[in-house]
Amino acid sequence: MGKTFSTPKALSKTHTHYCPGCTHGIVHRLVAEAIDDLGIQGKTVGIAPVGCAVLAYNYFDCDFQEAAHGRAPAMATGIKRVRPDLMVFTYQGDGDLASIGMGEIIHAANRGEKFTTIFINNAIYGMTGGQMAPTTMGGQRATTAPAGRDTAATGMPIRMANLLAELVTPGYITRQAVLKPQQVNKTKKAIKQAFQYQMENKCFSFVEVISTCPTNWGLTPLDALKWAEDTLLPYYELGDYKVPE
Amino acid sequence: MAKVLMKGNEAIGEAAIRAGCKNYFAYPITPQSEVAEYLVKRLPEEGGVFLQGESEVAVGYMIFGAAGAGERVMTTSSSPGISLMSEAISYIAAAQCPAVFVNIVRGGPGLGGILPSQGDYFQATKGGGHGDYHLLVLAPDGVQEAVEMTMQAFTLAEKYRGPVMIMGDGLIGQMMEPVEFPDDLKTEPTNKDDWATSGMDFRKSKKRNLVKSLFLDPTALNDNNLALKAKYEQMKKEEVQFELYNGDTDYQILITSYGTMSRVCRTAIDMLKEDGIEVAMLRPKTLFPFPEKAVFEAACKDSCKAVISIEMSMGQMVEDVERCVKGRRPVEFYGECGGDIPSPEKIIDIIKELL
Repeated sequence: MGKTFSTPKALSKTHTHYCPGCTHGIVHRLVAEAIDDLGIQGKTVGIAPVGCAVLAYNYFDCDFQEAAHGRAPAMATGIKRVRPDLMVFTYQGDGDLASIGMGEIIHAANRGEKFTTIFINNAIYGMTGGQMAPTTMGGQRATTAPAGRDTAATGMPIRMANLLAELVTPGYITRQAVLKPQQVNKTKKAIKQAFQYQMENKCFSFVEVISTCPTNWGLTPLDALKWAEDTLLPYYELGDYKVPE
Repeated sequence: MAKVLMKGNEAIGEAAIRAGCKNYFAYPITPQSEVAEYLVKRLPEEGGVFLQGESEVAVGYMIFGAAGAGERVMTTSSSPGISLMSEAISYIAAAQCPAVFVNIVRGGPGLGGILPSQGDYFQATKGGGHGDYHLLVLAPDGVQEAVEMTMQAFTLAEKYRGPVMIMGDGLIGQMMEPVEFPDDLKTEPTNKDDWATSGMDFRKSKKRNLVKSLFLDPTALNDNNLALKAKYEQMKKEEVQFELYNGDTDYQILITSYGTMSRVCRTAIDMLKEDGIEVAMLRPKTLFPFPEKAVFEAACKDSCKAVISIEMSMGQMVEDVERCVKGRRPVEFYGECGGDIPSPEKIIDIIKELL
C-alpha cells in the first residue's frame, strides 16, 4: 500500500506557535492542501495579517507578504493588480478583518478583486490576549468586556459573510467551520473552490471559517468545540452566501 | 525632444510613465487630482494599471503590495493624504521595498487649505510614520525639475530599495511650464529575484521570498535598523543635490530656501544685485539627505554675515540649517504658510533689515 497521508508541500515542516486546541493549524493545512491540489505553490503569494496568524509565513512554503493590521486586502489588491498571473490570498482574523480592516475588505470585495480571503472567526482577539472583537457574542466574556459583551452598548456581532454577500458585485462568499471532521472536509472544498474561482479570474472569493480559541475563551479544547457548536453556529449559520453564476 | 507646455501634475504623471512605471494607485485630493485624471487616460495606452483606492490608507498598502511583488509603482497625494499613507510608508521602509510617493503639499495642519505650502518638511524628512526610517526626499523648484526628479525617483528607490518622496507644492502641481522628458533618465528595473514576492516559479532560485517588517528577535530588529541606517549613510555620501545661486560673489547674506519659495528668493537676489547688494542662496534639491556640508561652507564664507532660511512654513528647514551652520553665523528665519507666497519685495525688505 502506498503513502496515503503526508505533509502538504505548501506547508513548512515546522511546529506552529498556536495554542493547544486552536484550529488555525487545521485551516493552514487545508489551505496548503488546496494549493497542492491545484499545483499553484510556485505562483502563490500569501498575505499574513496582524493577529495570531502574523507568523503564518513561517508555516507556508510560498512567497508571502506581511500586512499592517487590517490592510491585507489592500496589499492583495496591489499585488494582484500588477501581477494578475499570481495567485494571491489573505489570511485574516476577526479583529484584523472585521474591525480595523473593515474598509479594506468591503472595498476589495466590492471591486471584485480576484484574490481569495480566508477569514478565521473565533469571536475574540487572540494574540493580544482575549479582548472583545466585533464578532464576540452577546454576553461572551472578554478582557475588555469582563461582564460579558453588552450588545446595547457595543452592538451586535458582525456577520461578515452575510454583510459581504449583500454587495451587488458578484463573488464567492461562504461560511464554514472546522469543529467536526465533516465540517473540515467541507471547508477544504470551499477553500479549493475559492482558489479555483481565482484561477478562472472569476470573482473575489471569501471563506469565513468558524474556529476556536480555547485559551482566550477559558475552555478546554473539547469544551471550546462544544461551545462554538452551541453558541456560534446558531448565530453564524454555515453555508454558501453567494456563488458566482 | 521638443518642449511641451504642461501642467505640473500632468507632467509628473507623464514622467512616471517615461521612467517605466506602469502602476499607479491613488485617492483624489486637491491640489493634485490632475495626476490621476491624466494617468487614467495614459496608463491604459501603455498597458498599465490604474486604480483609484477607497482611501489613502488603502492606497498606501496597494503601493506596498505592488512594490513587494517587485513592480515599479507610484502614488501621488497631498498633505492630509500623506499623513494617512504614513503608516504604510513606515512599513515599506522597514520591509525595504522601492516605491515613489509624490506629495503636492498644501497648507496645514488639519484640513488647512488647498494653496501651496511647505509645512510638510518635518513629515517628509524626519519621518511621518513611526520608527527609525527616512525617505529620500527630492524637492523640485518647477515643472521641469519635477519631471526629472520623478524619473530619477524610480532609479533611486530601486538603488536603495526604499520609499522615495517628491515634495512639491500646490504651485508646482498647478502651474504650466514648458518641459521636456530626458530619455537618459529612464533606467532598466533592477533584478528583484532575491527578495520580491514575484512567485517562486518565476525565479531561478526556488527559494521563497518574504516581504515583512516584524522582527521579534531584538538582534534581528536591531540588524534591520542598522541595515536601514547604512542606506541613509550611503545616501548622505552619494545623493546630496543642491544649487548655490550667486555663490561666486562676496555675498553678505546667505538665503536657504527650496522649491517654489526659492524661485521668489532668486528674483529678490537679482533685484538686490541691481542695488549693489550681493546675496546668495543655497537651495537644497534633496531635503533628505540634506546638503549639510554645502550649507556649512556657504555660511562660513568670510563675506557672509548671516544666514536666513525662507520657507512657506512656520520654521522647519531652519532647524536643519541651524544644525549645519553650527553656530558660526546667526541663523534667521522668515516664513509664511497661509497659502500666499511672499513677494520678492517682501524678501528684499527682510534682507535689508538684516544688513
